[in-house]
Amino acid sequence: MTAPTEGPEKAQTEQKSPATSAAERAAPASSRAADFGIDTTAKSTGEAIRGYLVSLRSGDLGALPALLGLLALFILFTALAPDTFPSLLNLANLLQQGAGQTIIAMGLVFVLLTGEIDLAAGTASGLTASVMALHLVSNGNLLGAMGTPVFLLFAVVIVVAIVLAVLLKIWAGAIASAGALLLLVIGFPPNPWLEMLLAVLVGVVIGCLTGFLVAKVGMPSFVVTLALFIAWQGVILQLIGDGGTLGLRDPVIAAVANGNLSTLGSWILFVVAAGGYAAVMLNRQVSRRKLGLVAQPTGLVLIKTIAVVVLAAVATYLLTVNRSPGQLPISGVPYVVPLVLVLLVAGTYVLDRTRFGRHVYAVGGNREAARRAGIDVVRIRAAVFVISTAFAAIGAIVYSSKVGSVSPSAGGGNTLLFAVGGAVIGGTSLFGGRGRISNAVIGGAVLAMVNNGLGLLGQPASVVFLVNGIVLLLAAGVDVLSRRRSAVAGR
Amino acid sequence: MTDPILQLRGVNKSFGAVQVLHDVDLTVRAGEVTALVGDNGAGKSTLVKCVAGIHPIDSGDVVFNGSPVTLNAPTDAAKLGIEVVYQDLALADNLDIVQNMFLGRERGKSWLLDEADMEQAARRTLASLSVRTVTSVRMPVAALSGGQRQTVAIAKAVLWDSKVVLLDEPTAALGVAQTRQVLDLIRRLAEQGLGVVLISHNMADVFEVSDRIATLYLGRMVAQVPTKDITNTQAVELITAGRSGDLGLQRPESVTV
Repeated sequence: MTAPTEGPEKAQTEQKSPATSAAERAAPASSRAADFGIDTTAKSTGEAIRGYLVSLRSGDLGALPALLGLLALFILFTALAPDTFPSLLNLANLLQQGAGQTIIAMGLVFVLLTGEIDLAAGTASGLTASVMALHLVSNGNLLGAMGTPVFLLFAVVIVVAIVLAVLLKIWAGAIASAGALLLLVIGFPPNPWLEMLLAVLVGVVIGCLTGFLVAKVGMPSFVVTLALFIAWQGVILQLIGDGGTLGLRDPVIAAVANGNLSTLGSWILFVVAAGGYAAVMLNRQVSRRKLGLVAQPTGLVLIKTIAVVVLAAVATYLLTVNRSPGQLPISGVPYVVPLVLVLLVAGTYVLDRTRFGRHVYAVGGNREAARRAGIDVVRIRAAVFVISTAFAAIGAIVYSSKVGSVSPSAGGGNTLLFAVGGAVIGGTSLFGGRGRISNAVIGGAVLAMVNNGLGLLGQPASVVFLVNGIVLLLAAGVDVLSRRRSAVAGR
Repeated sequence: MTDPILQLRGVNKSFGAVQVLHDVDLTVRAGEVTALVGDNGAGKSTLVKCVAGIHPIDSGDVVFNGSPVTLNAPTDAAKLGIEVVYQDLALADNLDIVQNMFLGRERGKSWLLDEADMEQAARRTLASLSVRTVTSVRMPVAALSGGQRQTVAIAKAVLWDSKVVLLDEPTAALGVAQTRQVLDLIRRLAEQGLGVVLISHNMADVFEVSDRIATLYLGRMVAQVPTKDITNTQAVELITAGRSGDLGLQRPESVTV
């Protein structure tokens, strides 16, 4: 480009950008940077650590208590049960045990972020699992297994959900519900993949109903989901029958929570996941630096990235070692790990990078401000229930796969406690607006470890319940206290 | 004297049987701060909400930049470049400054927001308002002081191609130093050629920053005079009695709500 053309071209680009603010045009460009002298885009590592400590003191704890708790629990159980707890077999088993509830907790984060609660996520997940199991057990004949009246009612409910989703302008929910109707009406021979898809689509259907009642009708989510919690339990009983269980005798479904990647697959997963993480972190750092945006100190980002990659490498190596005590070798990263990772990445991306995610945080932080900013608050509040129940259905597939059957108590008391507990223990606020999907993973890991460890120590169910309750109370207490501190520090 | 950017002529507004605004005229000029004063219940906030498009007017004309317009929804006002800074600021505590400033109008694709563009634009706007107290545009609003929050709310309003900014009691909840900052900011907005409407109960603030004072009394515009032409006492008389000497209503005692 030669020099003379530079002038007019510059003017053109200035004209092209329509969104220059009134204030911006008024001030000459040269004076801007100087005026903003205090704004620091790049901090040294020391400053960043000091800043982090300040934010900790002012109550922004994030996932720190849960991470410390996780470490403490690991040390505690290793000390108490040195032979069984830290074995590779048990640790891999722990991942598979906790994955289902953790996935439900990840979906619940969306609901909690808007300041609502979904008590029905547990039994809704059980309902989706029983539809899946019923289809498998009845050899694809849902009409015969359910009986004509129940089947028709089910179809009508799905149609209602489609209408509600359209009313709420949740197009993805409407399409998914229509998919559920299609699968149901056309029918298909038993196929594990289609059955799992059906479970997730039924989850979306349930989420549309919940979302409509909470967001559009305006009933408190606590009451709506409590009522649905009870109602879905009745539906599960109707589908499975009193006292019965539906066995999941399908190799694909059984492998979801019990299967492992091959050694090669495990290392491919490591390369994709750790490499992807490093690439995203470093790319963001470089581009933010280049554009002069607020960025973390490069040293800190490097340390964090290297730590994650090394930890992932160690974990992958350990999981590819044969961990079987018997003749048949067991090795490889459990399938649940890539599953949780994919959901984690997708959920985090939606919350951090998309307009929808930004609006979820805004609705949770200040609903009135969101409304005045032109955000469709009703749609956002309904959509989080759709997401939550869809996640719950995926979680249901995993925990049903782990036990190998679906019983009438599927998704009952324990599951819900786990899910809500996992989200809250990880640091997601019950008051809305604060929390991340990764928090739910950490919180889910804490609860899985508590249950696994106490089980190995031979503690009775009474103690296990008691400890779980106390852990949840502690987490909720930390949330309230940190909010109080940040309210004081904010002024 | 510049041309009026926003003019209201004979605006009436009723809520059911209660008529809140009676034939209100108001002129807002670019580059000037127009103070809108009046006692509680005089109709200031209703007038602002009419201009913001939250309450459509019953009758009367709104002229913007020389052409008549209708304001039936907040988006109508936003499209014209009329922005309102509400008393409660309407900021989400959990979001950072950039996220708040662009809330509802994020740049970039729906599936991938353009964070870099938003952050740079936010910083430019804050810089052009000579805001020096904010250490990072990525700080959550919860960590800001009252004056800083007000600054962010105002910056949010001028980030867009705004022509008129209405501020509802911007200094009501602030301390002395913070009030100072905000008043300076209001002055700068006017210097940059925006039409500024300031609602305030604090006469000291009004006399300090405004070019023109418009007084509402029981839903009627009783006087619109240059600030330098009246005294504090006269202004208070206009607010409380609807009349001061030659200014204001001739028979305010006959006025009913």
